[in-house]
Amino acid sequence: MEPSFFVVQTLNGLASASALFIAACGLTIIFGVTRIVNFAHGSFYMLGAYFAVLLADRLLGIHYGPLMFWVAVLLAALGAGVLGAVMELTLLRRIYKAPELFQLLATFGVVLIVQDAVVWLFGPQDLLGPRAPGLTGAVDILGHRFPVYELMLVFAGPVVLAAIWLLFNRTRFGILVRAATHDREMLAALGVNQAVLFTAAVFLGCALAGLAGALEIARKPATPHMDVNIIAEAFVVTVIGGMGSVPGAFLAAVLIGVLQAFGILVFPKITLVLVFLVMAVVLVVRPWGLLGRPEPQLRGEPAMMLPLAPWSRTASLWALAGVAALVAFPLIADAFALKLVIEVMVFALFAMSLNLLLGLGGVISFGHAAWFGLGAYGAALAVRHLGAPMELALLLAPLTAGAVAALAGAFIVRLSGVYLAMLTLAVAQVVYAVAFQWVEVTGGDNGLIGIWPSDWASGRLAYYYLTLMLAGAGIALLIRVSFSPFGYALRAARDSALRAETVGINVRRQRWAAFTLAGAAAGLAGGLYVFSKGNIDPGALAIPTSVDALAMALLGGVQTITGPILGAAALHLMKDFVMPLTDYWRVLLGLVIIGFVLVFPGGVVGTLRGLAARRGGEASR
Amino acid sequence: MSPPKPEAGLLRIAGLDAYYGRAQVLFSIDLSLGAGEVLALVGRNGAGKSTLLKAVMGLVRTEARKLVFDGTDIARRPTHAIARLGLGYVPEDRRIFTNLTVEENLVAGTRAGPGGQEDWTPERIFALFPNLADMRSRSASQMSGGEQQMLAVARTLMGNPTALLLDEPSEGLAPVIVDAMAEALNELRRQGLSIVLSEQNLRFAGLICDRAAVLATGAITYDGPLAMLADDPALLEARLGL
Repeated sequence: MEPSFFVVQTLNGLASASALFIAACGLTIIFGVTRIVNFAHGSFYMLGAYFAVLLADRLLGIHYGPLMFWVAVLLAALGAGVLGAVMELTLLRRIYKAPELFQLLATFGVVLIVQDAVVWLFGPQDLLGPRAPGLTGAVDILGHRFPVYELMLVFAGPVVLAAIWLLFNRTRFGILVRAATHDREMLAALGVNQAVLFTAAVFLGCALAGLAGALEIARKPATPHMDVNIIAEAFVVTVIGGMGSVPGAFLAAVLIGVLQAFGILVFPKITLVLVFLVMAVVLVVRPWGLLGRPEPQLRGEPAMMLPLAPWSRTASLWALAGVAALVAFPLIADAFALKLVIEVMVFALFAMSLNLLLGLGGVISFGHAAWFGLGAYGAALAVRHLGAPMELALLLAPLTAGAVAALAGAFIVRLSGVYLAMLTLAVAQVVYAVAFQWVEVTGGDNGLIGIWPSDWASGRLAYYYLTLMLAGAGIALLIRVSFSPFGYALRAARDSALRAETVGINVRRQRWAAFTLAGAAAGLAGGLYVFSKGNIDPGALAIPTSVDALAMALLGGVQTITGPILGAAALHLMKDFVMPLTDYWRVLLGLVIIGFVLVFPGGVVGTLRGLAARRGGEASR
Repeated sequence: MSPPKPEAGLLRIAGLDAYYGRAQVLFSIDLSLGAGEVLALVGRNGAGKSTLLKAVMGLVRTEARKLVFDGTDIARRPTHAIARLGLGYVPEDRRIFTNLTVEENLVAGTRAGPGGQEDWTPERIFALFPNLADMRSRSASQMSGGEQQMLAVARTLMGNPTALLLDEPSEGLAPVIVDAMAEALNELRRQGLSIVLSEQNLRFAGLICDRAAVLATGAITYDGPLAMLADDPALLEARLGL
């Protein structure tokens, strides 16, 4: 490689690092103060870009010049910040004390709403912004032409970093924000109104996201997909840097930016994988990121879960009745209903497998789609490339997913809380990226088609019973495990890892075993899914699939054993009936998720128990 | 001995219960603090001293017939609003912002008092706690326990409170530091601050306070002259309970 090319490529890397840093630092600021991982951060980035395109068009039409362009960029950032403050006032403020999972889901609800709102307001087509007046040319750097705008971006990142540093170290507001990241309750006892501080921090974070989006318009168009693209990378940057650490985010952005700039030359196919691989490695070596600190112990009552009611005779009777009803169902069902129930059974197994981690283990897996997709792809690839029959492929599905889950789980269970959730997300994104980019093997975006069952199971009725048998067996096994000594150990570790350790439970090993089992069960669900559809594409591995699983577990209640089955049925039927009716089903799903989180901030059962406790308190008086 | 009626005074508490989750820790507490008065809150570990101070600050779930500070009902107020009425709180584990410097900790506590007074400046703080002056820009994480305790008091003073709730400021400190702390608290008393001093160390409390209230298993068992307790070990034992 020529030295001059090396320099230019480094500059390219630094330019994207700047863009990435500005997008990510707002996320890390919001997390540092509110302890909420703002899944909707990419949405404010996208809004910033759309606002900037529209404003720049208007303002440059009035008077063409650099001033108007930059006014448009700043106004767009402010607009995103104001909307962020609105989100804080209407939503985040109500869920600061909710479990992390609910916070992630609620902000994901915002993602869904903004996605539809953007399409509705600005149309589905890409919006091309104006180029920045005065910065349209290129300069000569060691014989290479380098765009001036990119050069400006190289400096924009450090300028923003310096501005944030000054704000946080030289102003009272900044000092209060930093104090809040350490001990909010003490700050309140000193007379500081946290509510105002939090709103301001979210405003600042979202304005920075909007600024990052607005700065992009001179380089690429505003599209309705830019939110999801940036959020995954922004997560990676904040996690690598250490959540809550702005300098850490800068360091991580530079690392990722430069790595990508050179990685794309050497391995053009695996840039996505590379990013998440770096994150996984950093988290394994430094569980709190490069410059992060261990999560401070939040003061207050721990979110205890209800003890599960023991499996009773009545429960067995209900289960028997349910199975009998499913066995008899084909007598009255048409082909469409059969297809629907097959899918519900598949997703019930998927949701149950997640609940083993979530409800029993207290382990927030935000990338459960990985195991579902690995099962599906494992089966499909066995059929496509090995010529395996369905029976073998269905065996390989849980084995593939379980094996990878065992491998990844060994690292994942070393973490806890938000970092664990982020690592599961990273693993899922690696798997997704492989399926998406390794076109020769996986078919890339098109996926694999023509994956059909063996002859004997190819009829819908036969496949219905096959699914009932396998998914039923999987669910039965998961229920059985919940009430085994292993299940008790998991629950003990969930309620107090420390106490569980002191009575001799190896918490990590139990969680690792649960992770492996959950992965295998989800893999089986994926295998059943692919043969019911006949095809598979990377969508099955993407973030929305993980969120579906979480929503199902949540709707039914993570604190119950069989809740996820009902949740799977409810969500799947809702999607199946409502999605075809409207183009804006995302808004609906987002509102359902948010509504659910707001109404049941402690989970359904937790809320009910809270009511019971209040009544008990009155009775004792 | 019956406690005085909480009709007058800066801080008036009557019929206060407090809970951690469903467990009740304080039972029908009656207590009052006059303006300029200095009260020792005595009791064994787990008697509820810290909880009582937290309850006043709105940091635990409480139910009270009366919880009034400076004429304002604070029973349902958020913590920051209670603090702004002039009630300063120094928690038992100090809760210094260890990610900030000494000076930044003071900035975090800086606030005009309830009457708009801005009497406390870093200079006055450093006159009261001279050894803090040398470490203005040091990270609070690199301070000794005694220095952190002084910083905790100093940080609260920067909010210009009219009353201080101090939770075991002598705990775990070297004797010479304890004496310096007592001297500083006496100086604050002379300047007219009202103080509730939660303390297990009766000797230390005796250096500052005249009146004592004893808490045992969540209830007040004595409210009267501190000297009477200090001079009568049998009475003290009986009031402290098991």
